Amino acid sequence: MSEASEPRLPEEIREAIDALRPRYPTEEALLLPALHMAQRHWDGWLPDEAIAAVAHELNLTPAKVYGVVTFYDLYHQNPVGRHRLRVCTNLPCALRGAEEVLDSLRSHLQVDEDEVTADGKCSFVHFECLGACEQAPMMMVDDDYHAHLTPESVRRIVEELD
Amino acid sequence: MAFEPVLLRNVGKPGVRQVAGYREAGGYKGLEKALGMEPDAVIEEVKASGLRGRGGAGFPAGLKWSFIPKGNDKPKYLVCNADESEPGTFKDRILMEQDPQQLIEGCAICCWAVSANTCYIYIRGEYVEQAEILEEAIRDAYANGILGDDVMGSGFKLDMYVHRGAGAYICGEETGMLESLEGRRGQPRIKPPFPAVVGAFGCPTVINNVETLCNVPHILERGADWYKSIGTDERNTGPKLYCVSGHVEKPGTYEFPIGVTMNQLIDTCGGMWRGAKLKAFIPGGASAAILPAKHADLPLDFDQLAKAGSMLGSAAVIVMDENTDIVRAVHRLAKFFNHESCGQCTPCREGTNWSELVLKKILAGKGNPGDAELILRICRNMGGTTLCALADAAVGPLRSLVQNFPEEIAAWIDNGGAGAEPRRYFAEEVLV
Ligand SMILES: Cc1cc2nc3c(=O)[nH]c(=O)nc-3n(C[C@H](O)[C@H](O)[C@H](O)COP(=O)(O)O)c2cc1C
Ligand code: FES
Repeated sequence: MSEASEPRLPEEIREAIDALRPRYPTEEALLLPALHMAQRHWDGWLPDEAIAAVAHELNLTPAKVYGVVTFYDLYHQNPVGRHRLRVCTNLPCALRGAEEVLDSLRSHLQVDEDEVTADGKCSFVHFECLGACEQAPMMMVDDDYHAHLTPESVRRIVEELD
Repeated sequence: MAFEPVLLRNVGKPGVRQVAGYREAGGYKGLEKALGMEPDAVIEEVKASGLRGRGGAGFPAGLKWSFIPKGNDKPKYLVCNADESEPGTFKDRILMEQDPQQLIEGCAICCWAVSANTCYIYIRGEYVEQAEILEEAIRDAYANGILGDDVMGSGFKLDMYVHRGAGAYICGEETGMLESLEGRRGQPRIKPPFPAVVGAFGCPTVINNVETLCNVPHILERGADWYKSIGTDERNTGPKLYCVSGHVEKPGTYEFPIGVTMNQLIDTCGGMWRGAKLKAFIPGGASAAILPAKHADLPLDFDQLAKAGSMLGSAAVIVMDENTDIVRAVHRLAKFFNHESCGQCTPCREGTNWSELVLKKILAGKGNPGDAELILRICRNMGGTTLCALADAAVGPLRSLVQNFPEEIAAWIDNGGAGAEPRRYFAEEVLV
């Protein structure tokens, strides 16, 4: 592959990364922030070209970046819906009915975990404790928390997404 | 005398997220006082207060600070642990949302005490809003001379940065967190060397939990003697946040002198959910042994819970009523630990997997009479045999299932769960 066709980060992300450089004594420490930015740019997931671009920017090997991506639950290696739903099913949420909420969501969306609905709107996963057990059962829709779900309300919330 | 909240005193007060509002509410007096003292005297004051870590292990904070080597040959760091991923725990979120300047003040005092010029706040990636609130508060602190080249006119230089994680429980373990901060998979390091000597970027580093650091301004402002007067005894001092979840009417974060009882917490939470009876509770997050209801009058502090075979941990109190199936509950926790094991150490990687499988088999009605002993054997193989304490954490609920609730596990094994309704998970009528 020629130099020119190799994947690169868009200019605004490179600038944002440069702005963070003085914060850390090593370039490697910029990897998690860079991956967060790249994932936002690549529609919520990290295709191979995103991984290659981040690796190039930080002078790391793609294998090293790939290893980090696979370790963390918030980085995705497959396409996701326009909206990502994370339903907490850990014990405190389960005690208040999280499994029933998840069942309701699954049958409403007609897809399984990690699959994208036909219209590209949603994908969902069950998730570990999100640190909001007083709101149980709860879920995260993109960056926002939704509290005190019921099997009905979870469907309503999905319907109201654009 | 009624207990006045200390850590939560600013909850709901308008404007306290900014320096001006926080000062109006009495803030930044602790830092001001600390900057007028020798760093070692600050460490001594925190030592004298008896403050123990609120992140899980209960290690004395002042003692930890005193391990940081003196001298300036290497930079020193404070990494504030805001990963908060222990199931049932949500107190640090409240502290960051409601009173971010209190945390900044605590971090700044710690940095002064150990001569660290850089502080990272490592916050779990899911706390997007809280990270923004912190960023904003830090910007305001820079603008008001609390952070930067000349902290409150003292000449002390301090930079503070928020660093977002990306979803991994193990990054709450302090050396997993350092690996993650440095841009790697969050796999815990071999200790020693301890972070106080070789921590972030190979330099001496203090790691403290959010709540631990939020105690510090009050200790400086009001003195170790005042602090010690709160709590059960000299080994269990100060105010404590309890996160109550599960089968109570009003789950939430409640502040008490350390050593409140389960029964007092249930009362504070408006009683048990729908008036059911208490069957069991987890006093300190998913890693703590599950205790039966007979312990409901035990003071929830470090030592009394250890004596009862459990732990205060992160003080995440998960309440389970009479309709709860403890085997199902432990299976859910086993699934969590299996998912979160980083995979480095064989006993943990295999043990967390097998424990989930054995419980799954039991819940499928295929349990064997030897399964309780099998679970204990898995526990013996996992406990104390790994680099970090995740395996020990996984053992907490597992072992307590066999030891404290033998009849629950026997019911499943003897009659294959006959009578237990398979899908309805934990409560008789789950939702309205
Ligand atoms: C598996 C595991 C997960 C942990 N998660 C957290 C956490 O989310 N937050 C936290 O403050 N401490 C957590 N800890 C404890 C930290 O390793 C460390 O003891 C603590 O941050 C030290 O701060 P403290 O002394 O102020 O409590 C965890 C420990 C283990 C073994
Ligand atoms: S268990 Fe669901 S937020 Fe904690």
